[in-house]
Amino acid sequence: MYKSLIVITTCLILIISYQSLNAETVSSNIITGVHPGKVVYETYCLTCHQADGYGVPGLNPPIVKTEWVLGDKNRLINIVLKGLNTPINVNGQTYRNPMPSHAFLTDVEIANVLTYVRSNFGNKASAITTAEVQTVRAAK
Amino acid sequence: MTKTIYSIGFRIFSLYLMLYALPNAAQSLKPDAKKTIIVQKGFDVITIVPSLGRARHITVDSNGTIYVRMNEYNIDGKGIVVLKDTDGDGRADIINSFGDFTGTGIALYKNYLYASSDSVVYRFPLTATGIDASKLDTIVNGLPYNPQHGSKNIVIAPDGKLYVNIGAPSNACQEVDRTKGSKGMDPCPLLETYGGIWQFDANKLNQKQSDGIRYASGLRNCVAMDWDILTKHLYALPHGRDQLNTLYPEFYSNEQNAELPSEELFQITKGTSYGWPYCYFDHLQNKKLLSPEYGGDSKITGRCDTMPKPIIAFPGHWAPNDLLFYHGNMFPEKYKHGVFIAFHGSWNRAPLKQGGYFVAFVPMKDGKPTGTWEVFAEGFAGGKEITSPNDAKHRPMGLAEGPDGSLYISDSVAGTIYRIIYVNK
Repeated sequence: MYKSLIVITTCLILIISYQSLNAETVSSNIITGVHPGKVVYETYCLTCHQADGYGVPGLNPPIVKTEWVLGDKNRLINIVLKGLNTPINVNGQTYRNPMPSHAFLTDVEIANVLTYVRSNFGNKASAITTAEVQTVRAAK
Repeated sequence: MTKTIYSIGFRIFSLYLMLYALPNAAQSLKPDAKKTIIVQKGFDVITIVPSLGRARHITVDSNGTIYVRMNEYNIDGKGIVVLKDTDGDGRADIINSFGDFTGTGIALYKNYLYASSDSVVYRFPLTATGIDASKLDTIVNGLPYNPQHGSKNIVIAPDGKLYVNIGAPSNACQEVDRTKGSKGMDPCPLLETYGGIWQFDANKLNQKQSDGIRYASGLRNCVAMDWDILTKHLYALPHGRDQLNTLYPEFYSNEQNAELPSEELFQITKGTSYGWPYCYFDHLQNKKLLSPEYGGDSKITGRCDTMPKPIIAFPGHWAPNDLLFYHGNMFPEKYKHGVFIAFHGSWNRAPLKQGGYFVAFVPMKDGKPTGTWEVFAEGFAGGKEITSPNDAKHRPMGLAEGPDGSLYISDSVAGTIYRIIYVNK
């Protein structure tokens, strides 16, 4: 009885670990309930786009309720991969700061953060998959 | 008979004084019943005009007429707004606008109003009836334009020297701007044409950048500059670099990034370099430190040992957008010859709460602070704490002193123009 309990527990741990390692958009953060894209957002995006996603007037554009985020997925993925070095017009306002390339992020991290951004801050748009990021990265 | 005429003449003159001269005196100014910003005790606020649009720097002439520079065209599609108060209550009764270009810089010199776009400095003649908008002179043309730190704000000294800020289109002169892992270029090639203050002749037409002198260098972006007539020096307070924590998390925590680098106030000396991009100031260690892009680790001073230190330093990212040496007679003695600073307010302190969004004051004597800085006017943003700059309802942007010693403040969000008066109560 004692032995089989150990076996079951070990199996459970192994299954959980395996799932954590392999899940694309579901990482070990599922235990804490935090969206994995949120972690990426807070590390790499929040400083410029701010905690509320509204950015900085005149400098860093908002990621809330804009076609740049809710529209064409490929264009959005490309901005993350290549950055933007020209002023951008969002909802009638111009933003001047450049956005650096974030090609150093993995395809999984990019898919996670874009899925998070497209479904938070009042945004309601479909998820972006790792495969979609892979395709855009390969095409550049 | 002659005496009677003289007497009548004197009475008419007195009546004239009562009717016309007095309304311009401080006694007839009507402060706002409810203050929209918080000022030091003894001061009152007059909202001259509530919403002009994206206002930048301002200047006031000897008649009290206010000229406001616009970063985006106003509702009439113009870039300079002129405000006049005809009934003496302090609020604008006549609002005109002219100028087919937007920008930040504005200054009065002799009988001209100077205004800059992000690549050109122009001037308009002042006539007895106002500005002649049809006669536009080009003073400096073809200044390097780049969207990042593009403001070519100006200061004109009494000797006719024109100082132009040419901000660096970069955060820290990395090979790839604002990109993790990208090295700092050494020497930084941007300093040839950017990242400093250039000196021109305010009386000479059609100058190019190469006709000017690179007066001071190693200054990332000096939106805040002023000439002090007493010490006969230019002073500048550049915007310090961003993103120490996101680019170098191994050396800087979010808490350290919120405070660093210091915003540095310099007395500018001709031919001097002040450190950007190689060095930055840390007011907590009171040291000029080596930037991480150039081998720094938040402790090493390296080549920065010999770099000039600021005359006073402020916490990071507050975004100083104007300086004003106050020489007026209206405010109490402690303000005389001291300096006001408009801190536009931060964004790069995130995820910590933001800072700035107020007008500070530093008492000065002989070019040095005689005490620490203090908040002079605050509450522009609206809320008690600002987490995101987008929440700010107003942000202090430009400063000017009126002929009676009033302090004028422009706001870059709504375009409110405030006048601060001393009422001694």
